[in-house]
Amino acid sequence: MEFVATAAERDAPLVSLRDVRFAYGERPVLRGIDLSVHRGQVVAIMGGSGCGKTTLLRLIGGQLKASAGTVEVDGRDVGGLGRAELYAMRRRMGMLFQFGALFTDMSVFDNVAFPLREHTDLPPSMISDLVLMKLQAVGLRGAASLRPGELSGGMARRVALARAVALDPMLILYDEPFAGLDPISLGIIGQLIRRLNDALGASSVMVTHDVHESLEIVDYIYFVSEGRIVAQGTPGEIRASADPFVHQFVNAEADGPVPFHYPAPSIGSLLGAGAA
Amino acid sequence: MSGPFSAIVAGLRHVGKMTIDGVWRLGFVTRFLFAVLLASGQSLTRIHLTIRELYFSGVLSLLIITVSGLFVGLVLGLQGYDILQRYGSADAVGVMVALSLLRELGPVIAALLFASRAGSAITAEIGLMKTTEQLKAMDMMAVNPIARVVAPRFWGGVLSMPLLAALFSAMGVFGGWLITVVVIGVDDGAFWSQMQAAVEFDYDVLNGVIKSLVFGTVVSLIAVFEGYDCEPTAEGVSRAITRTVVTSALAILALDFVLTSFMFRG
Repeated sequence: MEFVATAAERDAPLVSLRDVRFAYGERPVLRGIDLSVHRGQVVAIMGGSGCGKTTLLRLIGGQLKASAGTVEVDGRDVGGLGRAELYAMRRRMGMLFQFGALFTDMSVFDNVAFPLREHTDLPPSMISDLVLMKLQAVGLRGAASLRPGELSGGMARRVALARAVALDPMLILYDEPFAGLDPISLGIIGQLIRRLNDALGASSVMVTHDVHESLEIVDYIYFVSEGRIVAQGTPGEIRASADPFVHQFVNAEADGPVPFHYPAPSIGSLLGAGAA
Repeated sequence: MSGPFSAIVAGLRHVGKMTIDGVWRLGFVTRFLFAVLLASGQSLTRIHLTIRELYFSGVLSLLIITVSGLFVGLVLGLQGYDILQRYGSADAVGVMVALSLLRELGPVIAALLFASRAGSAITAEIGLMKTTEQLKAMDMMAVNPIARVVAPRFWGGVLSMPLLAALFSAMGVFGGWLITVVVIGVDDGAFWSQMQAAVEFDYDVLNGVIKSLVFGTVVSLIAVFEGYDCEPTAEGVSRAITRTVVTSALAILALDFVLTSFMFRG
């Protein structure tokens, strides 16, 4: 019996969203999203700017509450948690913000040590060992004494990644991890996301619009457009997809299901053609 | 007819909206204060967090407070001597300098300087932490930013204000003594003994301390609130800093009138 329960637990998705809707005031952002992330997976959520990707991440992290539908993480409804329970859950989550969000008044070492110092009673020597191990994993042990202001964009992102995994989380959330990085840093971050996920036995959800890097490292991809999931599949399926939206996105075409022009009256009427 | 009428209605609407917004914001600040007080446990149990803020708000304001206190005392001494010697009471200049500083100028000017030096810095720091998502990151790490960032800065400000005001008054008295006794030649003994006889600890000194505690609380609350509430853009942070300095100055002067009318009615 015990074995069956464990197997069922293992098979249940770690993150599952069912018919999730969300609106900022009157403006609907998500119009019924269903998605799930299984344990050990790295899942990418892709879509154009402003399509509601980051909102999805915030719903999973409990920073926002869905106006309808359920967001479950590890079998618990995130929207229904009180502050203490939410904080207990967040201790098992790590999040990488778009530009790292490192604490600028602390050194690299203290940034990575921050979650350990806040949430554990470990002696300083052990915290030091753990921090150096995490920094070693992202290749920045030598930068431990630097301040965030002295780091390049890619290095800051790696330090933030070390901080996000400091408490060995079950779930890691990435908000645009590739934004504004040079090709080398981009490749490094991509490999780190995959390697850390596998080494920690964690699951990862990544919001991004970098198709090619994502196709290399993720297990599954969801495409979001206008608040709905319009396509999904494994990288192989996505590459082979004939779906017009996926085709436009993967091949970076200017026009297609996502129009080039923002909705406006026709240019002819604006220039007075046909007015006479 | 509709022109002037609609202009009046629009004007009234504007005033109404500003009043409602103001009341709403006041309510929001009050709720924020309660949230800060509720989350203040860490400021005591992890006292090094508060001590660090005491250093930034208090110790780093020492230069501006001491220099300003000295100059205000010098000017008070000169003006006081000029007026009092017309009535043959130049010896009472010490009393005038001490009472003006302890009752009014010490708490008020120190608080105004504190708002521009430390208050603006607190708003800028919290505002920039918000803009760069550091507060959100902290929240996502299950660390309450109000307990970890806001409360220590609030208490650091509240505690440093009376100390700075006391230092301001002490420097002012020293400045007054320097200009009247050392430079002008007022009798040293008369200067100090008249001051000692006229200044009452329970009345003058204590009320001054109460004033500076009130100002410290208000300025610190405004500073942390404006930082926490600012729009997370460069422009938003700059507007929040301006609001901190302007609102603090108005609040200090208005509260000073209210407190004085209760404390010193003769």
